[in-house]
Amino acid sequence: MPVTCKEDKRSLTALVAGELDHHGAKTVMEELDRRIDAAQPRELTLDLSGLTFADSSGIAVLLRAHRRMGQVRGAMRVVNTPDQAGKVFRAAGLERIIRFE
Amino acid sequence: MKIENQVTLEFPSRSANEGFARTAAACFAAQLDPTLEEVNDIKTAVSEAVTNAIVHAYPDTLGKVLVRLRIREGNALEIMVKDWGVGIADVERARTPLFTTGSEERSGMGFTIMESFMDTLKVRSTPGKGTSVTMLRRIARRAVR
Ligand SMILES: Nc1ncnc2c1ncn2[C@@H]1O[C@H](COP(=O)(O)OP(=O)(O)OP(=O)(O)O)[C@@H](O)[C@H]1O
Ligand SMILES: [Mg+2]
Repeated sequence: MPVTCKEDKRSLTALVAGELDHHGAKTVMEELDRRIDAAQPRELTLDLSGLTFADSSGIAVLLRAHRRMGQVRGAMRVVNTPDQAGKVFRAAGLERIIRFE
Repeated sequence: MKIENQVTLEFPSRSANEGFARTAAACFAAQLDPTLEEVNDIKTAVSEAVTNAIVHAYPDTLGKVLVRLRIREGNALEIMVKDWGVGIADVERARTPLFTTGSEERSGMGFTIMESFMDTLKVRSTPGKGTSVTMLRRIARRAVR
């Protein structure tokens, strides 16, 4: 399973593991959509500690989750971003839109 | 720049091959003794170019993708990714950050990432004939450990 979720009251933590490329992104995107819709969380924490690779497909996944959280009037933060993925996200200027901790 | 070594991969445009292509490129690049960050830059750039061939070049069919890796004189890796797909009408526009003809799953940042992670990026494309993307990355020689 590339996405493992923990729910505590209205806060949702999603552990994303594996490779976030075009091949793997779709499942992760759909799973996050489903989880956000079901939990309607006030806060979503994306924990990327298990991520072994990300490219521009990962950028789209983060932006989509961010937009989705906006729709349910919640906040989103991203934690434990590995160096490789962080460099890709920075190249796209994502840190100006999304909170990385 | 003299070619010192070369390998060519050819595969159908299945998304399962994205991981294979970037890992193969990383393994081939190992002879240049890159740092972990350099290896990651190479994997990312290859992933972007190969994904473009899979997603954009052949939107509704399976086609051939070719990846040619070369070690060039001066401790440099040259990566060429070629397809025989739909091609790009306006390459300059396609290379603009955020430009995409793709769905919500695309962010329009692929070429921007290739450009910023590699030393050079050349894109040749003919609509209806296909596209080739050639990138070069110099790897700094490190002191013997
Ligand atoms: N091999 C190709 N064949 C045909 N069109 C291509 C090819 N590569 C890129 N393109 C065109 O160039 C555009 C920009 O490519 P780029 O990789 O920068 O962004 P993207 O693929 O749309 O999104 P992202 O890479 O962020 O997922 C694509 O949307 C597509 O229209
Ligand atoms: Mg792309």
